[in-house]
Amino acid sequence: MAKLKTQGFMKALQCRECGREYPLEARHVCEFDFGPLEVVYDYDKIKTKLTRAAIAKRPQSMWRYRELLPVAKAPTVGVEVGFTPLIKADRLAKRLGIRELWIKNDAVNYPTLSFKDRVVSVALSRARELGYETVACASTGNLANSVAANAAASGMKAFVFIPHDLEKGKVVNSLIYDANVISIKGHYDEVNRLCAEIAGKYNWAFVNVNMRPYYAEGSKSQGFEILEQLGWKIPRHTVVPMASGSLLTKIHKSYQEFIKVGLVKKSNYSVHGAQATGCSPISAAYREGQDFFKPVKPDTIAKSLAIGTPADGFYALKVFKETGGASDDVTDDEIRDGIKMLAETEGIFAETAGGVTVGVAKKLIASGAIPADDSAVLCITGNGLKTLDAVENHARSTRNISPSLREFDALLDRDKTLITK
Amino acid sequence: MPVQIRIPTPLRKLTHVEEVVETSAETVGTAITDLESRYPGIQERLLDDEGQVRRFVNVYVNEEDIRFLQEKDTPLKDGDEVSIIPAIAGG
Repeated sequence: MAKLKTQGFMKALQCRECGREYPLEARHVCEFDFGPLEVVYDYDKIKTKLTRAAIAKRPQSMWRYRELLPVAKAPTVGVEVGFTPLIKADRLAKRLGIRELWIKNDAVNYPTLSFKDRVVSVALSRARELGYETVACASTGNLANSVAANAAASGMKAFVFIPHDLEKGKVVNSLIYDANVISIKGHYDEVNRLCAEIAGKYNWAFVNVNMRPYYAEGSKSQGFEILEQLGWKIPRHTVVPMASGSLLTKIHKSYQEFIKVGLVKKSNYSVHGAQATGCSPISAAYREGQDFFKPVKPDTIAKSLAIGTPADGFYALKVFKETGGASDDVTDDEIRDGIKMLAETEGIFAETAGGVTVGVAKKLIASGAIPADDSAVLCITGNGLKTLDAVENHARSTRNISPSLREFDALLDRDKTLITK
Repeated sequence: MPVQIRIPTPLRKLTHVEEVVETSAETVGTAITDLESRYPGIQERLLDDEGQVRRFVNVYVNEEDIRFLQEKDTPLKDGDEVSIIPAIAGG
């Protein structure tokens, strides 16, 4: 094959399965074996540019690590995304019974309150570079919100495809940006299948179809930030929610890349995966010691994780093997408990996926998969205000009184727990 | 009406840019054999060395994943629609 043209710090696209190389276009699948394509970087060149000193001078956004993100030139969409807080969660640590715990809080990511702003910022910047003006996605909600908002902010046209039964908050949160929202009578895997066919017919930048090699790389920025915010070191344990398994594999990759370019020292670390029991093809395969998953039909309140045919499930299972990570899943009740626990102890209201992460972390600590005297980071990926439906009848209720001091006194008198609790 | 097979973009070079091809095969497995006889090279794209559908290839009969049906032995009848689709990232 002729030598491929490099772009910025990117050398080519390469099949993860057979290693065949392709030019840096909007394509996502190896023509030979359908393996996913991944961006190949020039790490030697990156090493000379991306130093701690250089990073320190840059604005606090995900783009401070831009050499390791797949755009040829300066990003044009979502320049302010990322650098969300890493919180030391002492009260939750005590509740879960672990020595040290951190929360990476993408529930407050800019602009649409989920980690998807990271991947969309990359996908849309790259789509622009490749000459596209219409962007599209298949989504369980958060991605739709982010594509709609970022397309609006950059003057691009957006089509978002969602399953018909999404939470109202996530639907309105796409419509408000004037995106074309197409609701499909089916679950996410069916939406996905349809989008693969639409992407083959219409020449749009489909962020998680033909733009996937670029899009998925945006998730690494969450990992990069964790390492910098921890003082340039790798956390011993990281717990990541899994839908397709993409975020988990990219967190692992981010740690590997920072080691490779010399930004952090190599150290032992484990990456653990969290799923909802109602859609747990990856954790089921882990439990059974399989290296490949069996697809399932999702049935869980964690709709953002409801992918029954996880495209990166195979690679997620490999990450557990390589890093000594574990995987587990939690029921709908345990998910709600997880959401409440995080809110009550740390003042962070996460969406259902956050409840999955907290719930699974609790199980992994209890089982010793994460030892109690270690330190762990939990990746919180989305905001609870978007999934109010899942918890509204499970949180406490308001106490209703007239604007009367006497009634308030009587209320306290009647219910002592209001003060003692 | 024969069975229609929708060909994904990465394989259209092999089918001379045809997006839909027809077959009278009675199962998914024999449909792939039939495709191979007309478009040599297509079988090794879809099946691994052990003759199983490759792990990143999803095959659907009338919108249902064949892994929920009878895999390669899934029967086909007149009017059925088969889609071959690469796995996709999350959303």
